[in-house]
Amino acid sequence: MRPFDYIRAEAQSDATRAGAEGATIIAGGTNLLDLMKLEVMAPDKVVDITRLDLGEIGEARDGGLRIGALVTNSDLAADMRVRKNYPALSSALLAGASGQLRNKATTGGNLLQRTRCYYFYDTDQPCNKRAPGSGCGAIGGASRLHAILGVSENCIASHPSDMAVAMRMLGASVEIESEDGETRVVDLAEFYVLPGEDPSVETVLKPGDLITHVILPAPRAGRQTYRKVRDRASYAFAMVSVAGRVSVQDGRITEAALAFGGIGSQPWRDGHVEEMLVGEEPSTALFAKAADALLADAVTQDGNAFKVPLTKRTLIATLKDLTAEIAQ
Amino acid sequence: MKDLTDIPTAKVVMDKPDTRNRLDHMAQGVIHKGLPRPDGPLKVAGVATYAHEDQPEGMLTGVLVRAPVSSGKMTGLNAEEIRAMDGVRGVFHGKTFLRNPAQGTANEAPIQPDGEIFYIGQPMALVVADSFEQARHAAKTVKLQIERSDAVTDLSKAEAEEQEDQYSAQGDLDGAMKDAAFTVDQTYRTPGHTSNAMEPHAAIAQWDGKKLTVRASCQMLKYNVNELADSLDLEPSQVHLLTPFTGGGFGAKLGISHEAVAAGHAAMELGAPVAVVLSRQQVAEATMRRSETVQQIRLAADAEGRLTGIGHTATVSNLPDEPFAEPVTQATPFIYRGENREVGMKVKRINSMAAGSVRAPGEAVGLTALEIAMDELARASGVDPVELRKINVPEVDPSDGRDFSSNTLVEALDDGARAFGWADRETGRTDGDWLIGYGMASATRVNMIGESHARITLEDGKVLVETDMTDVGTGTYAILTQIAAEMLGVDPAHVTVDLGNSDHPKAAGSGGSWGASSSGSSVFVACENLRSRIAEEMGVEETDLTLQDGIARAANTQRELASFGTLAVEGVIDAGKTGEDVRQATFGSFFAEVGVNRVSGEVRVRRMHGSFAAGRILNEMTARSQCLGGMTFGIGMALTEELMFDPRDGHLVNNDMAEYHVPVNLDVPQLTVNFLEERDPWANPMQAKGIGELGICGAGASIVNAIYDACGVRVRDLPATMDKLLSGLPDL
Ligand SMILES: Cc1cc2nc3c(=O)[nH]c(=O)nc-3n(C[C@H](O)[C@H](O)[C@H](O)COP(=O)(O)OP(=O)(O)OC[C@H]3O[C@@H](n4cnc5c(N)ncnc54)[C@H](O)[C@@H]3O)c2cc1C
Repeated sequence: MRPFDYIRAEAQSDATRAGAEGATIIAGGTNLLDLMKLEVMAPDKVVDITRLDLGEIGEARDGGLRIGALVTNSDLAADMRVRKNYPALSSALLAGASGQLRNKATTGGNLLQRTRCYYFYDTDQPCNKRAPGSGCGAIGGASRLHAILGVSENCIASHPSDMAVAMRMLGASVEIESEDGETRVVDLAEFYVLPGEDPSVETVLKPGDLITHVILPAPRAGRQTYRKVRDRASYAFAMVSVAGRVSVQDGRITEAALAFGGIGSQPWRDGHVEEMLVGEEPSTALFAKAADALLADAVTQDGNAFKVPLTKRTLIATLKDLTAEIAQ
Repeated sequence: MKDLTDIPTAKVVMDKPDTRNRLDHMAQGVIHKGLPRPDGPLKVAGVATYAHEDQPEGMLTGVLVRAPVSSGKMTGLNAEEIRAMDGVRGVFHGKTFLRNPAQGTANEAPIQPDGEIFYIGQPMALVVADSFEQARHAAKTVKLQIERSDAVTDLSKAEAEEQEDQYSAQGDLDGAMKDAAFTVDQTYRTPGHTSNAMEPHAAIAQWDGKKLTVRASCQMLKYNVNELADSLDLEPSQVHLLTPFTGGGFGAKLGISHEAVAAGHAAMELGAPVAVVLSRQQVAEATMRRSETVQQIRLAADAEGRLTGIGHTATVSNLPDEPFAEPVTQATPFIYRGENREVGMKVKRINSMAAGSVRAPGEAVGLTALEIAMDELARASGVDPVELRKINVPEVDPSDGRDFSSNTLVEALDDGARAFGWADRETGRTDGDWLIGYGMASATRVNMIGESHARITLEDGKVLVETDMTDVGTGTYAILTQIAAEMLGVDPAHVTVDLGNSDHPKAAGSGGSWGASSSGSSVFVACENLRSRIAEEMGVEETDLTLQDGIARAANTQRELASFGTLAVEGVIDAGKTGEDVRQATFGSFFAEVGVNRVSGEVRVRRMHGSFAAGRILNEMTARSQCLGGMTFGIGMALTEELMFDPRDGHLVNNDMAEYHVPVNLDVPQLTVNFLEERDPWANPMQAKGIGELGICGAGASIVNAIYDACGVRVRDLPATMDKLLSGLPDL
């Protein structure tokens, strides 16, 4: 760990100002500190935001929820409004990490947790995300954890979050305060950026930006689920996960929202797949066709090619569960 | 104060069986029962001092620097820059540094390659600073100057050397395969494993100008003292090791390791105490791995399933010039019958971290593969898997005609089948998305003892046991307490066991499941001597003496133990002819119920049972815990554990516990354990055999066989992760 300065933000403006001057925000620290110990991240200055007043879950004007960036994963998962109206989010949170980590991990930090790519973690290995221009060790190397969608020839890292997958499915957006005191709201769909040329840039955040809230839109009809497939029963990142919400009326799908974890360079959502489902009668053949569409552009390595059939099977099973009363 | 100079020695060499079952005739009634570990409360209260917890004043901290390439020669480093950094007190490299830890019982320094690099992760230098944080950052800032050279990092391209001395054959296996009614001829693969002890490798070294005192996390002090002395060019008498508690070793702490040598070297150079602790990543990539194995197994059986032939040849790997080769076929010569036999070993040399002993070297992976093959034979022949094993249990060791000291495999199979409800299992069952299956496997592990010494002092009716034996969390404190309490008739509360001090009499150490038998027997022998002396003073035969609750009784007299003054003796046990005259092994059986998710191929073990026979069980509680741990390792081996190496440079990819998956609580279902009542007179005077590793040997096979039963996919390449099952799962 490189020696660093520590500042405690008493007001949001302290955090944004420090950020603009190059400080790295620390919230729960469960990801940042690990990476600092390994010098994968080596900030000179850290600004602690845990004293800010961002720990509440409020109601948004349109009937949704406005979740403070410092709400812990445990508290968010346990909130009665979340459990009732956004059960997929509650399940996703509880499928992540461990009880101890969830007590510490925050909503903002979870969105911004870095990839678990083995090559990103090992500073003697090439990694374009950690050291732009050094190459990608995972391509042609060990790739079990890695993405098959939204990858580039410079990076195949996957986004590890479970929470963000459910939020993506729910149509969440991120409220951001910048150094000039302005607040903007960015849809999660626009928040993450593809690896492309420079995989070290992962979001639209600029220095000095502070995530203050995550906004969930008003609850929508339909059944929700979060299904996570992993290498051991707990305490493992997703090989694939599916967050889904489907409504069925008169034997036809009227609405569908699907997001995927473990397979994308960011929490993955494909509107085209959802459109294929809407207006149709639920059937295994339809679900298989949707899965094929989702995976049409998949780019695989030896170590993660199994995610194609795995995702297909998991999506089919998830959609069957969500439409169970009607499916034959 | 007792005078240590004039203590007699009592020695037993196991040249003939001991059928007296003396422990059964004692009166205190504490042996065999579950005595909780006396060290347990210290551990949960956080006052048991592990290697890094007893910190002397003025202690500096060192952090090791890893080699970033797999082969080459280190020619220097940016020492000036590093020395100028905050808090840095010294930068060391060169000929003291180990290439890899010593192998178990090596008794001499491992290779010290003086800057030559053999694998990524090899500790090349040590940076010592005032604080851990300063040392870690400075170590990270070190730039090694390296002349690179060619390396072999891709196993598929490495050449395999035949191990002539490990080849043996009898009869005509090819012929037997041709004539057989049923055969299996398959290749099985197991990946590398790591030990992942809870306490990382740690050492604090102090040099007083003449003697080096090292608090270290070790398994075998008598060897470790010599290994450390040899590594540092000291006399063994100049090295004092202290290991009162070891937070797990599983083989990784059998031999002296980087941290102790580096800490010792720096402490001597700097004249200040130096601590070195390996990080999780360093433990993973610089201590010991279990080699991956490729095993060809051939089974030939007649129409009833009786084996006529067994072939087992394995290929493993290690660093150049490293003597250890995972003894994959260790159980194959004796577990099943068959006149036509062949075993053989090959070793590939590779620039990847050293291979050594990890959790039951040999049987853990070798028997697991053999037991998957046996399941394949059961399927092919239609003979029930339990029955198939029973009819193949040999009368004598089929490889050399020796008798077994005892062979309880049939009883263990029957007991396990009964306890699990094997006969009543319902095949083809489902539970929601889960396809349910059942599997079983045999267990066996070779048994041995090693020379062990212990000093016992009886004073004021209280007993002191002193030996350099270690307790690696297994329960040594508890069982030595029980043996002494039982033999000398005192309450366990009046027994003090003092371990892990290299000034004490030398024990065999913890490893190879021999610790309890060896060290326990030395205590037993010492106690027998004290009993004889007490009997003599009372004018009776030792066998007529009853010692109980601090009172010695014989004929019509009774005396308090405290009235005999101070009695002391050093007890010694040593292996003798019984180790060669008969085949000694422990036996058992595993039964597992698993669920395979029909969608994803995820596997969860739903329940698991083990029945084991290991001679006299000294402490039912600690023995059971060993078996539970072993079965948990079996779950890991079957389903999740795998060291992943990148063949392009040989580096260990998943070098932390987030990505090297050991089972977590949710992966471990209800486990049940039965012990069979047994006394093995050939093993030692306590008739007890090693229990530490038996619970691992074959455990994983019961799970892999249950997966086949559940979904029809035969996994021959462990672990059985979902990707290996997907293509065989039913359509949705
Ligand atoms: C062993 C282990 C297993 C895990 N398993 C899972 C799992 O299965 N699923 C899963 O989803 N997660 C898992 N996690 C990750 C865990 O969810 C994250 O570490 C956690 O959510 C991060 O939150 P934090 O508050 O601790 O973030 P920090 O570590 O404090 O910060 C993370 C990043 O976010 C930035 N940041 C934090 N807050 C803000 C803000 N308000 N505005 C702007 N930037 C900010 C920081 O600068 C930093 O770059 C695991 C973690 C560990 C260590």
